[in-house]
Amino acid sequence: MSEVLATALRRVSDWAIPIIAGAIVLTALIRRVKVYEVFVEGAKEGFNIGVRIIPYLVAILCAIAFFRASGAMDLLLGLLAPIARWVGMPIEALPMALVRPLSGSGALGIMSETIQTHGPDSFIGRVVSVMMGSTETTFYVLAVYFGSVGISKIRHAIWVGLIADVAGLLAAVWVCRWMFAN
Amino acid sequence: MNYIWGILILGGVLLAAIHGRMAACTQALVEAAKNSVELAIGLIGLMAFWLGLMRLAEGAGLVQLLSKLLRPILKPLFPDIPKDDPALGNIVANLTANTLGLGNSATALGLKAMAELQRLNPSKNVASNSMVTFLAMNDSCITLVPATVIAVRSSAGSANPTEIIGAVILATAIGLIVAVTAAKTLEKLPLFRLSQAAGAN
Repeated sequence: MSEVLATALRRVSDWAIPIIAGAIVLTALIRRVKVYEVFVEGAKEGFNIGVRIIPYLVAILCAIAFFRASGAMDLLLGLLAPIARWVGMPIEALPMALVRPLSGSGALGIMSETIQTHGPDSFIGRVVSVMMGSTETTFYVLAVYFGSVGISKIRHAIWVGLIADVAGLLAAVWVCRWMFAN
Repeated sequence: MNYIWGILILGGVLLAAIHGRMAACTQALVEAAKNSVELAIGLIGLMAFWLGLMRLAEGAGLVQLLSKLLRPILKPLFPDIPKDDPALGNIVANLTANTLGLGNSATALGLKAMAELQRLNPSKNVASNSMVTFLAMNDSCITLVPATVIAVRSSAGSANPTEIIGAVILATAIGLIVAVTAAKTLEKLPLFRLSQAAGAN
């Protein structure tokens, strides 16, 4: 059942972009918009935005890479282990929880490794899978989104992002406990 | 953000010295700097495509239509976006793309939405309430098909790689509620209030 649903949903993902693009162009033509000229006019901004986010990305990605390479994560793992135990998070899922907000590719690597080691259908395997899906690479998102409009004073955004991550990670643990209890 | 960034760098230097990992850190730094530029440049093509397409959608009145349709639901979250403004339509476009798992296309649409919010932002170097709320929603947006996760699980020999979809949706929904509540609550705190941030340097 869930397999059928998943296939259907994946089909939606495959079809979405072509259908949306087609519908927009068709409507624009009907409304007598000069489609080619207007498209190119809009597309011109793309380059500027790409270049504008570079300094913000360099700042955040370098700091994170530096921090991770220094061995700081091991220290944090040690510090956070008692808290993880207290909220019922399996200790093996803690590296995933720590890296997820910092690095998308790093989190993907840790998730794959954890799944290989403990098995995809183990409790730990399921928890890290749900963690990957239920949270975002907050630091990257903040850098790119605010960088694209040149904002460096982001007020409460970083705290909101981190609160969202903690909530998503804890929810992953608790939802898994509840849904896959045996 | 200044403190967090400072701690990441200084903490990194200190710990690298203690652990004797200076070489690894240097290597990581060089790699990351290169990757950042590649990431940004890699976005340009798709970004141009979506910006062009969204300009068409605006010209055809589709974005405004989307804004109007979803205004009743989104108004309490974004009170500072005026009536019939295309910003709301762009926000909806990004959230929809996220839900469908469209990756970089979703990012391109999100940056378009940020540009619209920046147009409405009175102080150009300070984040507006709407921006933070939008990012909170973006950060914990439900993905109907977590395609990468399913691929990894299935290649690891899972008996049912897709069984986690329901759990992901439920966990994300909880995260979304918490995130939006946090955004709306924190924006009222004196520490984060708009006038404070605009005045301070």
